Amino acid sequence: MLDLYASGAALGALVGVALLAATVRGSFLALVYPASAAAAVVLGIVDLHVLLGGGVATAHLPIGLPTIGLHLRLDALSAFFGLVVNGGVLAASLYGMGLDRAKEMTPRVEPLFALFVAAMNLVLLADDAYAFLFSWELMSLASWALVIARHTDPECRRAAHLYLVMAAIGTVALLFAFGGLAGQAGGYAFSTMRNQAPQPLIAALILLAALVGCGSKGGLIPLHAWLPLAHPAAPSHVSALMSGVMTKVAIYCFIRIAFDLLGSPAWWWALPPIVLGVLTAVLGLLYAVLDGDLKRVLAYSTIENVGVIFVALGLALAFRANGQDGAAAVAMAAALLHCLNHSWFKSLLFLGAGVVLHATGRRDLDGLGGLIHRMPRTAVFFLVGALAIAALPPLNGFVSEWLLFQAVMAAPELPQAALHFASPAIGAMLALAAALAAACFVRVYGTAFLGRPRSAEAATAHEAPLIQQVALGGLAVLCVLGGLLGSVLAWALGPVLAQTVGSALPGDGSGPTPLSLVAFDPERSIYDAPVIALFVLIASLATMLVVHRLSARRTRRGPAWDCGFPDPSPLTQYTASSFAQPLRRVYGTTAFAARETVDMPPPGDGRPARLTVVSVDYAWQAFYAVPARLLLRLSERLNALQFLSIRRYLGLMFAALVILLSIAALTT
Amino acid sequence: MSGAHDISHLLAGAMLVTSFALLYQERVASVLNAFAAQSITLALAVAWTAWSDNRPDLFITALIALSLKGIVIPLALRRMVERLGIHRQVEKVVGVGPALLVGLALTGLAQALVAKVATGTASHAREALALALAIVLLGFLMMIVRRNAVTQVVGFMSMENGLILAATGARGMPLVVEVSVAFSVLIALFVFAVFVFRIRERFDTVDIEALDRMRGDRR
Repeated sequence: MLDLYASGAALGALVGVALLAATVRGSFLALVYPASAAAAVVLGIVDLHVLLGGGVATAHLPIGLPTIGLHLRLDALSAFFGLVVNGGVLAASLYGMGLDRAKEMTPRVEPLFALFVAAMNLVLLADDAYAFLFSWELMSLASWALVIARHTDPECRRAAHLYLVMAAIGTVALLFAFGGLAGQAGGYAFSTMRNQAPQPLIAALILLAALVGCGSKGGLIPLHAWLPLAHPAAPSHVSALMSGVMTKVAIYCFIRIAFDLLGSPAWWWALPPIVLGVLTAVLGLLYAVLDGDLKRVLAYSTIENVGVIFVALGLALAFRANGQDGAAAVAMAAALLHCLNHSWFKSLLFLGAGVVLHATGRRDLDGLGGLIHRMPRTAVFFLVGALAIAALPPLNGFVSEWLLFQAVMAAPELPQAALHFASPAIGAMLALAAALAAACFVRVYGTAFLGRPRSAEAATAHEAPLIQQVALGGLAVLCVLGGLLGSVLAWALGPVLAQTVGSALPGDGSGPTPLSLVAFDPERSIYDAPVIALFVLIASLATMLVVHRLSARRTRRGPAWDCGFPDPSPLTQYTASSFAQPLRRVYGTTAFAARETVDMPPPGDGRPARLTVVSVDYAWQAFYAVPARLLLRLSERLNALQFLSIRRYLGLMFAALVILLSIAALTT
Repeated sequence: MSGAHDISHLLAGAMLVTSFALLYQERVASVLNAFAAQSITLALAVAWTAWSDNRPDLFITALIALSLKGIVIPLALRRMVERLGIHRQVEKVVGVGPALLVGLALTGLAQALVAKVATGTASHAREALALALAIVLLGFLMMIVRRNAVTQVVGFMSMENGLILAATGARGMPLVVEVSVAFSVLIALFVFAVFVFRIRERFDTVDIEALDRMRGDRR
């Protein structure tokens, strides 16, 4: 109970600061970020206490709807996601404290930032459908308002509009899901929903509605189109929150419905999340690899990670339906750990992108370059994030991906033929996604931080303020520690796993050292992070020594070898587009119908040669452009009804009356 | 009391016949005559119900129907028509034949609907309700198939006649409701009258197609 009091006090104080910042403004604007950081620390401590202490705090307050009231509950699952949220919030708030108060703080952003943070925490605490949807909508609207903060930019307006539409669709889907869960009796408290299992068909519809509702917030293809527009459009620390944290709240919602409220699953429930997840993972990264905007690449990569998490959740559902709780625990642990890890490295990367954007004013990869010389610390932190998101050992991204592949490799033990035969395909697609992720971040890091500056802005970039470096550095340290201490994190997940799938990791604690992570048993699935780290370290040092021993003693600086045509222009460098070209040719030709045409002027003609690439976004065409066109056409038809003569209106009314009367005469 | 029901059914049937008569009249003056006949029949029907069911308050209803709808409104409309000089033929959207066929179908629909819906009630009440519903539907139909503003007003009042018939047959419609309905109809008549005059002033016709043309509406 004390936990909830502390959370409530922190949230109340935060909302108070938001209101003051919105009304009084002045110095309260600058108070928002310290207040958010403090609230995040308090809430994080509470969450940690609940997660490790194993208690469940509940409260029922007589505010809200008359018959329902306000149910709050802090259990292991919401405490874990509270840690995910508040870690990201802390980093984003620290970054915000480093913002230039005169130039970068506006009353359009700061109060809404605090409101956004409070709403996300409230979603996790909600224990009835009304409170949940209310705080969910608050979260959506606050983030929407943050996206449209730079409303003078038409791109921002378009992104915000699309986001608003998709958020509304998602909430309507969730409304249906909770309506189905409440059943005919209308028990809107989660505790009532837990105790009644809906009919199998209704349950499947609820799951589908939840998938649409959470998928539209998390960016599951085909509900993703708003995400790569809206996330980058917001200020960078808000982008970090939206991408790193808000997508996790969407996943929390899915877990809460599918694993907590809905009762025991049927095996085929696993298919939609797995199929959509795999599709999202691969396509999301293909988009990311081909895009030229730094923040948009990160947003697309968020889509991929959400897809990966949904695959893990789908596998957990399948294992759970077949009573293989141990394997379900492995899949669930993979999903949860990936949520935590992704919130760290995606926040890190987005904050890094924010630093780059602030230093250079540019987001296009082909306008950056050479930043490692101008901003060395940011470059190192960004590198850690890029390595982590590319799932390289010994960083944290590898731990969750490794657990996921352990779950995929256990999938052939499932009795259903569909899952049985799908598991190699799932594994192959996930491996492709992982490889594409590596390529994507080699491309991002290589073009933005290495080489020579491609623009004057990049050449005169400056390092971030200290507090922002602290935010980035803290996240980078977390990425490293999360990789080394994966087994500790998996152990801490115990209560969440027990709550969601009813089992701990089968191999928990059976490894040779406390730091070795064991999925099933030490013989077949063990990941010893410190050993790997040590090996990587020793191998790198040895290679370095050998190279230095064999190479010339003294370092010489000279011009780079350039095939004998010395050209000082940085345009001669390998660019992001050129890096993406082979991948576009291999995958883009089928996935996006990408075609390139070369316009080569004949000898003697002075105009430049041009390479033009045309591609089609099938998902946009099929799920957005065509329905929007149909809707427009239909509404234009209906529009004609607005300008009829009195006699025709009477005729319509009469026809409606006669038809209804005829139906009544024929059916009753 | 089966004789009493027969007579009330006879009167309601007579009203239905006048409704059909309204549908095929060629001239405005004869439309008004048919409407007056319908209203007087309504007054008779209500008075008969008042006498046979021993509900004296219904006599007031009958009196209102007779005086307002049987005499005042038809006379007022007649004066209006004379002042406007529109005794000419009424323009119809649908020919007489099809309109009457549709009217027959609507009467059949009313019978079928009431037979299905009002299964619990006595057969004579059902019959009265079916006739009243048919009158309402025919009044509505008349508003649609005529293009003249005055005949639309008459169609509207004819619908209201059907409603009052249903209400008196159904027992228990309080006088207050009825009086207010009657007055609202009267007010509607005034509004219609004002509109008709305004239309006439501006367009030199009360054919509402002129309005459509003015708005650029191609039928």
